[in-house]
Amino acid sequence: MSNTPNDASQSGATENQIELLEVEGLSQGQIVRRRFFHHKGAVVALIFLVGIVALAITSIGIGGWDGWYAYKASGQGSTYPLVDGGAPSSQHIFGQDEAGRDVFARVMQGTQTSLLVVLAVGVIATVAGVLFGALSGYYRGAVDSWLMRFTDLIITMPVIVIGAVLALLSGGSNALILGAFLGLVLWPPLARLVRGEFLSLREREFVDAARVAGASDSRIIFKHMLPNAVGVIIVNVTLLMSSAILLETALSYLGVGIQAPATSLGKLISDYQEAFATRPWLFWWPGLFIVAIALCVNFIGDGLRDAFDPRQKRIPSERKMARAQRVARPTATAAPSATGEAGAS
Amino acid sequence: MFSFISRRVLAGLATLLVSTFAMYLLVDAAIRPYIFMDLESSTKPNKAQLIAQRTAELDLDTPSVIRYFKWLGSFVTGDLGTAWQSGQSVSTLLQGAVISTIQLVAAATVLAVIFGVMVGIVSALRQYSSFDYLTIFVSFVLYSLPAFWVAVLLKQWGAIGFNDFLRDPNLSLLAIAIIGVVVGLFWSLAFGGTARRRLTVFAMGFAASAVALLYLQLSGWWERPNLGPVIIVVTGTALAFAITALVSGLKNRRALYASLSTVVLGVIVYYPIQSVLRQVDNWWLVLVLAVVTVAVGIGVGYAWGGPDKGVSARAAAITAFLVGSMIFVDKVMKVWPAYFGATAINGRPIPTIGNSTPNLGGNFWVQVLDQYTHLLLPTIALVLIQFAGYTRYSRASMLEVMSQDYIRTARAKGLPERTVIMRHGFRNTLIPLATIVPIDVITLLGGAIITEKVFARPGMGLLFLNSLQRGEIDPVMAYLVIVAALAIIANIVADLIYAALDPRIRVNA
Repeated sequence: MSNTPNDASQSGATENQIELLEVEGLSQGQIVRRRFFHHKGAVVALIFLVGIVALAITSIGIGGWDGWYAYKASGQGSTYPLVDGGAPSSQHIFGQDEAGRDVFARVMQGTQTSLLVVLAVGVIATVAGVLFGALSGYYRGAVDSWLMRFTDLIITMPVIVIGAVLALLSGGSNALILGAFLGLVLWPPLARLVRGEFLSLREREFVDAARVAGASDSRIIFKHMLPNAVGVIIVNVTLLMSSAILLETALSYLGVGIQAPATSLGKLISDYQEAFATRPWLFWWPGLFIVAIALCVNFIGDGLRDAFDPRQKRIPSERKMARAQRVARPTATAAPSATGEAGAS
Repeated sequence: MFSFISRRVLAGLATLLVSTFAMYLLVDAAIRPYIFMDLESSTKPNKAQLIAQRTAELDLDTPSVIRYFKWLGSFVTGDLGTAWQSGQSVSTLLQGAVISTIQLVAAATVLAVIFGVMVGIVSALRQYSSFDYLTIFVSFVLYSLPAFWVAVLLKQWGAIGFNDFLRDPNLSLLAIAIIGVVVGLFWSLAFGGTARRRLTVFAMGFAASAVALLYLQLSGWWERPNLGPVIIVVTGTALAFAITALVSGLKNRRALYASLSTVVLGVIVYYPIQSVLRQVDNWWLVLVLAVVTVAVGIGVGYAWGGPDKGVSARAAAITAFLVGSMIFVDKVMKVWPAYFGATAINGRPIPTIGNSTPNLGGNFWVQVLDQYTHLLLPTIALVLIQFAGYTRYSRASMLEVMSQDYIRTARAKGLPERTVIMRHGFRNTLIPLATIVPIDVITLLGGAIITEKVFARPGMGLLFLNSLQRGEIDPVMAYLVIVAALAIIANIVADLIYAALDPRIRVNA
């Protein structure tokens, strides 16, 4: 605001203000980060998601380490005498199931499993999608046509159908293996997008320049083209992961995903749905955690898309425009002392 | 064109072949543990012999590649195989399942498309308004909802609550007020505009819904629901105005009068048609009546004449269809007291499982009502999930279209905003949607697994899931072939629709 020239007209000042934000000589990463952190929904979602992950890991611990929560989720001695008939109480904050197991501990364990599956899906799908997409976009020809035939093959079936068969095949007791199998179902759409991006990037001048300078194919792909495609990749991996969590929980609910003794959020719902009439808390908590995680991931994805998409300039709402006008007016007319602040508030 | 289609069909057949081959191997490997599950835990002395017997029966010693070709051979000759655990042939299993799934998917898709597109387009036209933000948020939430959770919630909560309500149908004044406020808010946000206009719309929405609910309550409508000629006249007239406003604008008097005259016609035939409807006993007759209704609408439109008969005909046909639907719904509603009192229903008319009540009896209309009550909850579940996708899609598509140069041209040459939106904006928005919907429907046909599982509707998805978990490969493969074939057809159809609608795209290459 301080660098707005005093003699500028009112509307000019507003425009200048908006433009100055864009031309301050920021790197691409800075611009993206700044735009992302301006997206309130995405930031709240990010904080929320980090909170859920931290809660799931620290409360019941991971691996050999025991967390701060007093009750165990599984294994020997994980059933406790019923307090208050199992209803949520100060000891068992989410209540207990009919066997006396602590629901909070089980929900946390389910969250860990589901997040692990999603992470595995994300890694596998990203690696496979980026690799095949980049190769077929860069080399075209036979690689490309094979990739397209393969994706044609995959899209003949609803994802949940292939997912069910592959999940059954994976045995379902190990979250990472299940995640890897589901990753195999979900990568083709990502590969298609990356391919499209590479097809347009390979015609650009900087790629020609790199080639003329003698760069090898792998250097061109990974050093020159991949960083330029990273926006598409990140956004779509985020969206892919939100569909992965719904897919995993749905398959576990149907009984083909995660199998006992392991548990996941979907399996908890399927275990507890009969108890809805008598112990509704058994059913609410795992569901709310699925919704919370999926919603957070979706919002983050939305924020990332806005941040990475240079064409999309967010038009401020009418209220914000009015506020900007009010802020700009006193400075533009060089009104003395505190009236500017008063007008803004 | 012909060469395009034949090329795509051939490629589709090849894809189908490879896809079934891969799926056969995968399914075969996946279900192997389930085939011997019961035997492995048994303590019978002749366990080894039983296992050997089953292996021989299912031909499991043959490599699965060879078994695939054996299966393919019999499949091509029309023998779909049998589900070995129950001994039923796959074709009988499929028959009922396909019908049940189509019923579910058709109703849900139609509703989801209509509501999703409407909300999406209004949201796009009011970009960055509160309505827009609300729509975006709601669609995000719906997008993140696990289908099975929603379905179980509806089943355990919605059904029980609604059944309790129907037993003693009394809304408190507070409930009526809350519903009125919600409806009023929705409309005021959707209409937008100045504060004064919003307030007026809110008051109108609130008053209309409150009065309607009070009327329903006081007249005992919930005990014996019906539409009757009065509601048909009132709603029909409103619909006639709304449709004319959308199709041609209210200035086009001929279109308005044509629509209104179909409403009058509908009310005139309301009593005579009842005796006809009483004779109706299958869906084909209903279809014939629907076609006749639309034809009458078109005829009325042309009869009003004028320079643009087509527009009048279109408005009148749509109105006629809607009025006809109301008469149909009215007839279905009339059997409600009988249905409600039937012993098979037992006072809980909203069922949570299956697709029909066993031993219900009654005529065609009772059966239709029974199907509807069974469809109610699964349809709501599916619509909620799909609605989000269509809203987002149509919103994005409408925003894209409305920023095109030809929209600016249309405005610049002085066309009224209605024409710009409906003729230049809306039609072009539908082009990408027209290619999404067929693919979506097919995916849903195969993928309504979760809804069918929760509500125990014996459809295709449930057939697939149960056969998979019982280790029966034949029904699973039949299901996969149907789904894959439909998906391939849907993709070809989508391409053709796209080419037909968008002259920039040509398929004769």
